[in-house]
Amino acid sequence: MENQLEPVAGGGLLDRRLFLKRGLVFSAATAVSLQVFAKVKPFDSNLPAWMLKPGEPFSNYGEPSPYEKSTIRWKMENSMAPGNGVSWTPLHDLEGTITPNGLHFERHHNGVPEIDPKRHQLLIHGLVEKPLMFSVDSLLRYPMRSLFCFIECGGNSNAGWRSKPIQTQAGYFHGMASCSEWTGVPLSVLLHEARIKAVGKWLIAEGADAAAMNVSIPLEKALDDCIVAVYQNGERIRPENGYPLRLLVPGWEGVLNVKWLRRLHITTRPSMTRNETSKYTELLPSGKARQFSFFMDAKSLITSPSPGYKMDGSGLYQITGLAWSGRGKISKVEVSADGGNSWAEAQLQEPVLSKCFTRFRIPWQWQGKDIIIMSRAVDETGYQQPSRKMLIAQRGKHGYFHYNAIVSWKVAADGGISHVYA
Amino acid sequence: MYMRNFTLLIFIMMNYAHAETIQGPNLGKPVSSAVVDRWNRDIFPNGEGLPTGAGSAYKGKIIYQQQCLSCHGVDGAGGSADELAGALHSLTDDPPDKVVGNYWPYATTVFDFIRRSMPLHAPGKLSNDEVYAVTAYLLALNGIISEDKIIDNNNLSKIEMPNRDGFINTFKK
Repeated sequence: MENQLEPVAGGGLLDRRLFLKRGLVFSAATAVSLQVFAKVKPFDSNLPAWMLKPGEPFSNYGEPSPYEKSTIRWKMENSMAPGNGVSWTPLHDLEGTITPNGLHFERHHNGVPEIDPKRHQLLIHGLVEKPLMFSVDSLLRYPMRSLFCFIECGGNSNAGWRSKPIQTQAGYFHGMASCSEWTGVPLSVLLHEARIKAVGKWLIAEGADAAAMNVSIPLEKALDDCIVAVYQNGERIRPENGYPLRLLVPGWEGVLNVKWLRRLHITTRPSMTRNETSKYTELLPSGKARQFSFFMDAKSLITSPSPGYKMDGSGLYQITGLAWSGRGKISKVEVSADGGNSWAEAQLQEPVLSKCFTRFRIPWQWQGKDIIIMSRAVDETGYQQPSRKMLIAQRGKHGYFHYNAIVSWKVAADGGISHVYA
Repeated sequence: MYMRNFTLLIFIMMNYAHAETIQGPNLGKPVSSAVVDRWNRDIFPNGEGLPTGAGSAYKGKIIYQQQCLSCHGVDGAGGSADELAGALHSLTDDPPDKVVGNYWPYATTVFDFIRRSMPLHAPGKLSNDEVYAVTAYLLALNGIISEDKIIDNNNLSKIEMPNRDGFINTFKK
């Protein structure tokens, strides 16, 4: 027992397998339950009110507990155009890896269209033998595939470029990333039905929103693992996430995952739309800008404890967070509790899936002192999440998009938690 | 010999499995080129897709003041929406200043974006001539064309934007 609580790295990090060892968990749990039973006397007036009357009736569509009202997306809208803005997933309030549909992040360029699926169609045209139009009903008859994958806006975490660390909750800083089970028709099936010509190299996707959002995607990706999604976590896609059809481009920038999909144009070259030239390109110190930087590189962050929470005295805690990579599976997440001087490997929650949120956890004995905690992810290609200093050395400070540096939280002796650059 | 044939068989089966495509019910409806032309609004840097029309910065300024100024500011100086012209810094300054004239690589993109997405309160409201006029106004504000130049479907793609070579394709080098 004493050995198990021996730190494996600085700052009190313990062996990641500690919580898996039956003996400790069982004895700790037993101690807690005995205390609880000692306080509650069964079958008397001390019973809680909700045990003394019938509960609420059934509901057609369930909602979260009224006690969870603070678990919400944080919205930031353009004052002159409320449909133009973003909302962040409250990653700091969630566990597991799947984002509830009502909390999936949003980025709209001109609001959420209310689309009648009976009047919505998808056109495939351009360098094909047969231009084809698909109704939504017809797509529901196709063989479907499910993908557990994250969608992350290319502009996620952009506050990290600021010269001073932003003080907000983890999700309202890094939550332009969400993860769902998306189900739909493999795009390759529809493209083969239209019989693409060999000269086709790109595909321009267009949405049916008021911005008619369009973007160019390499055809090789479209044929590899993209799907025309119809379902999100088992139910039809929410309006704000593209109802009735959304293009899923696993692991690549969110903007490519065109919502309210209405048209796919096969071409020899990109259209050079606004969203692949003036936006979603990263200006380098040289004055040149990175373009078509599609992959969302490996990122991780600690979601608990994180800013907004207060430590409840020294003792045994679990550090947990999320890691993901647009290039494949997460192979390792390491955690430091001494500002990056030493690192310990965290336990990865199974199943670890490609291009999907991966939950990591590690036990930690907090001594009640000032300390800096951080995580770093490695993906199956061997790519390691960079420090902020390394990222800025490579890209400068004005790229805006694709910020994936290591995130550091300071846990103060008084239990308060803040964002720091370390 | 048996083993070799067996190995070959496995190899063929694996290749077959890889090449196998999922068979769909083929429910896509063939469409005429007229329908495709009505739906297709994509525009390319070489001018392909540009609709017939023309406009000048003089006319564009009037439309800009009515439809764009409330968000994009006087002379494209920016406001609740992006700054479009009059950069005070270059792309290599700290901080840099990105506007249409020093960042956007293709003039056709300006036309395409205005036509499909602007103005936010009434997208699709401007006629093609009006979109050419506003495009001309933005190019003139950025000092790329003179104020009296008529921009149309033949000459828009020929305008050389200053930052045309400012991008590094990180996907295909």
